[in-house]
Amino acid sequence: MSLTLDATAPEARHGALRGLSNLLYRKPTLYLSLLLVPPLLWFGAIYLGSLLTLLWQGFYTFDDFTMTVTPSLTWANFAALFTPANFDIIQRTVLMAVAVSIASAALAFPIAYYMARYTSGKTKAFFYIAVMLPMWASYIVKAYAWTLLLAKGGVAMWFVQHLGLEPLLNLLLSVPGVGGNTLSTSNLGRFLVFVYIWLPFMILPIQASLERLPPSLLQASADLGAQPRQTFMQVILPLSVPGIAAGSIFTFSLTLGDFIVPSLVGPPGYFIGGMVYAQQGAIGNMPMAAAFTLVPIVLIAVYLSIVKRLGAFDAL
Amino acid sequence: MYKTALLSGLATALLASGSLQAAEALKEVGKGEGQLDIVAWPGYIERGESDKAYDWVSKFEQDTGCKVNVKTAATSDEMVSLMAKGGYDLVTASGDASLRLIYGKRVQPIDPKLIPNWKNLDPRLHDAPWYTVDGKTYGTPYQWGPNLLMYSTKVFPTAPDSWKAVFEAENLPDGKPNKGRVQAYDGPIYIADAALYLKATQPALGISDPYQLDEKQYAAVLDLLRKQHALIHRYWHDTTVQMSDFKNEGVAASSAWPYQANALKAEGQPIATVFPKEGVTGWADTTMLHVDAKHPNCAYKWMDWSLQAKVQGDVAAWFGSLPAVPQGCKASELLGAEGCKTNGFDQFDKIAFWKTPQAEGGKFVPYSRWTQDYIAIMGGR
Repeated sequence: MSLTLDATAPEARHGALRGLSNLLYRKPTLYLSLLLVPPLLWFGAIYLGSLLTLLWQGFYTFDDFTMTVTPSLTWANFAALFTPANFDIIQRTVLMAVAVSIASAALAFPIAYYMARYTSGKTKAFFYIAVMLPMWASYIVKAYAWTLLLAKGGVAMWFVQHLGLEPLLNLLLSVPGVGGNTLSTSNLGRFLVFVYIWLPFMILPIQASLERLPPSLLQASADLGAQPRQTFMQVILPLSVPGIAAGSIFTFSLTLGDFIVPSLVGPPGYFIGGMVYAQQGAIGNMPMAAAFTLVPIVLIAVYLSIVKRLGAFDAL
Repeated sequence: MYKTALLSGLATALLASGSLQAAEALKEVGKGEGQLDIVAWPGYIERGESDKAYDWVSKFEQDTGCKVNVKTAATSDEMVSLMAKGGYDLVTASGDASLRLIYGKRVQPIDPKLIPNWKNLDPRLHDAPWYTVDGKTYGTPYQWGPNLLMYSTKVFPTAPDSWKAVFEAENLPDGKPNKGRVQAYDGPIYIADAALYLKATQPALGISDPYQLDEKQYAAVLDLLRKQHALIHRYWHDTTVQMSDFKNEGVAASSAWPYQANALKAEGQPIATVFPKEGVTGWADTTMLHVDAKHPNCAYKWMDWSLQAKVQGDVAAWFGSLPAVPQGCKASELLGAEGCKTNGFDQFDKIAFWKTPQAEGGKFVPYSRWTQDYIAIMGGR
C-alpha cells in the first residue's frame, strides 16, 4: 500500500527513508525476509528449540543410585515407555481421550445443529454466550465443584436416589473399566467431567461447519425425493465431518494433556500429564519425563494426519 | 599449545574461585541485608493476614529490618524444584525433600553456634538423620507431626488400634467390609507406612528401618500394597478432597495429618485419630539455607527467631503440628495447654520420620524405584 503511494507522491519521502523504501521495492525477497525473520526466530528458536532440547534430554541417562542425570545417550527411556506399568498409563489416557471425543461429538451435534439452522439474532447470541459461559469460570473451580457434585452425599446421587436409579448405577459402577467404588472415583465420573469441560470446544467448530452448509443443497435433496433421514445421512453429516474432526482435535488433545481432572476425579492411576509431572518433580527424572512428553506429540501427529484426510483443516 | 595452557589455567582459576565462594560460610551474624526470601508450606509463615492473632513475621521485620517475602509451595517436589531454580534464601523442607536438597548441593551447612536459640531445641531432634549428613548440620528444625490413623467414630465405636483396617480386607465394626471405604496417601513415601506395618506384623522379614528396605523386604511390602489397592477408595494428596471424602463419600479410615482431623472435629464431624500399635510415620521440617543465599545474615536471624518458644507454639496452633522447641507447648495461648498433647507430642518415639530412601551403594532400594513402583501400584499393577 505505502509502496504504491511512494510511487505516486515521490515528494513525500526524502533521503534515507526513500532509499530504504526503494531498496525494499526492488528486492521483494529482502522485504519478505525482514517481515518473516522475527516470527520465524520466535517459532524456531524459542518454541521448536526448547521443545527439541526437551526431547533430546529423553536420551540422557538417569542414575538410580545417585538420582542424577548424566548426558550419556541411551534409548532406555523410550524403551521403558513400553513396560507394562507405563504402557497402562498411555493406554488409559488414549482410551479416555477417544471416548471423550466421541461423546462430545454426539452431544454437541444437536446443539450445534439447532444453533446453526434454527436461531438468529438475539437467540443466536444467547446460545453463543450460553456455550461459552462455562469457559469464563476458572477450570480448577469447575473441576473441584464436580468432585462435590459427584460425591456420595452430593447432588448427582440425590437425583439418582430419588429417581430410584440406584441399582442401575451400582450395576454400572461394577462394570470393569467403567466403574469404581463410587461415582466420583470411577472412570464414568472422570469421563463426565471431561465431557463437560471440553464440550464448548466441540460445539463451536461443528456449528461453524453447519453454518456454511448451503440451504439450497437441502432443498435440492428434498426436491429429489430424499427422506429427511436420507438427507441427514447423505448430505448433512458428510458435509459436517470436517467440523466434527476439527472439534475432536481440541477434545482429543486437551484430554490427552490434562492432569488436573484425573488427579481430582476418578480411580487411582496416572494420566500422561500426571506422570510427566511426577517424574520431573518427584524424582528429578527429567529423561523419563521427556520420553513421556514424546507420547502425546506422536499421538497427536498421527491423529492430525487422520483428521487432515477428513478435511478438518478446512473447517477451522 | 600456549592457548590451551592459558585456557586451562583460566578454567582452573574460575573453578577455584567458584568453590571458594561456595565454601565461604558465615563466621558471625552481621547486620541484616534488609530482605529475606523463604519457600514455605502454606500457613507456615503467617503475618496476620489470614487471622490477626497469627502473626510471627511483623515483629521480626521490625526488630531486624529484614523484609520477609514468602513463596508458598504445595508439595515437597515443588520445593525442590524452586530451590533448584534459586533466588531464595530459606526453605522449610520436609524429610522427603531435605536429603535430596543436601545431596543435590542446593543447601549449605549452618553453624548452630551462631544461633542463640539453638539451646531451646528439643533434644529428641538433635542430629536427626534428615538434616544431619557427615556430622554437618543443614538447617534448623521448624515443626514436626505424625501421619495418624483418622477414622469415623460412627463406624468405629471404639478406636481401631491397628493399621490393619486400611491394609487388609476385613469387616469394619459396622459389619460391612472395608473395601472402597479406606484411603492411602498418594505418594511413594507411603511405601514406608506399609513397611512399618510389616515390621510389626511379619518380624521374620527383619525390617529395622522402613526407609531402608532390601530387595526381599521391598517385594513383601509391594505385595501388601498391591492387595491394598483393591480396598482403596482414593489415594489422597489434597487435604480438602480428603476432608470432603470423609464427610460426603462415606470413607471410614485413612492415614491423615492432625490438620485434617482438627479441621473436621472443629466442624463437629464424627472424626477421631489414633496412634496405632504398629507406630506411625511422620514428617519433620527443617529450615534450610540455600547454597547461594543472597541474604545470609537475615537468614540466620530468621532461623534464630523461628526457634523462639512463642513462635513455635503459634505455628503449631495454626498448622496442627508440633513445636521443635518443648517450651513452645506452654508459651502459646493460641495452642492452649492441651494442644501439644492432642497433636501427639508424647508419641515422638513411635514415629518413623520421613527421609528420602538412599541406595547406599546398592544395599537398599532407592527412591526412584519407590516412585516408579508406587505409580504402577496406584495404576493397578
